[in-house]
Amino acid sequence: MKIEILGMGCPKCKKTTQNAQMAVEELGIDAEIIKVEELDKITEYGVMMTPALVIDGEVKVAGKIPAKQEIMTWIKEKTNQ
Amino acid sequence: MGECGCNNTKTRLIYSCSGCADVGEIADQVARKLTRDGYGKMTCLASISAGISGTIASAKGADENITLDGCSVACARKTLENIGVKPTETYILTDMYLEKGKTSVSEEIINVVSEQIKHGIVSRTQPKKEQENNKNTGCSCGSC
Repeated sequence: MKIEILGMGCPKCKKTTQNAQMAVEELGIDAEIIKVEELDKITEYGVMMTPALVIDGEVKVAGKIPAKQEIMTWIKEKTNQ
Repeated sequence: MGECGCNNTKTRLIYSCSGCADVGEIADQVARKLTRDGYGKMTCLASISAGISGTIASAKGADENITLDGCSVACARKTLENIGVKPTETYILTDMYLEKGKTSVSEEIINVVSEQIKHGIVSRTQPKKEQENNKNTGCSCGSC
C-alpha cells in the first residue's frame, strides 16, 4: 500500500504524516509513506488545499489533519477491497 | 492549488456551472473574476462530476463552497449535492434579473454580478418573487 502526504512541509503536514505512521504501525501493515512536497505533483491530484492524504492514488482528505483512527478506517477499507 | 491549511484563513471555493447559455458563460466569468479579486478560488466543477478524488476531498474539506449557476436547473449546486456537500451559498443568475438567452456577456454585467456577490447585495436564499416584493418597498426610480 502506498500512502502519500501532500503538503509543503508545514506543521499540519508533519502531524498528518505522524498520524499516518501511527496508523500503519498500529495495524501492522506493509505500507510505504511518501511525503509529496512539489507543488506540481500536489496540483496533479486536484487538491485545492493541504495537507492532503492519498491512499493508493485516491485522495481521502484535503485541508485538514486526519485523525489516526480515520486513517486506520481508510486503510482497512482499502485492504478489504 | 489553493493554500496550505496552516494559514488559518478560510478556504472559500467557487464553482460555476459554466453552461453553454449566455448566463452560464457569465457565471463562469464571474467565478474567474471573483478568483482574480481574491474573494475565493474557482475550482473545476467538471472534475467533481468526473469523480476526481482530490477535488471532491477539497470540496468536503473547504470552509465555504459557493455555487454560481446560470439558470434554475442549478447544475453546480446539484453536482455538489450529489457528492454530499451542501453549498454554503448558492447563486442563480436568472434569479438576479438576468434573462437566459437574452443577456449579453459584457464586462459590465460580469462586474455588477461579482460585486453583488461580494457585498451580499443579492441574498442567496432570496427567491426572485421575494426580491420583486422587496423592490416595491425600496427606491421608486424603477431602475435599481
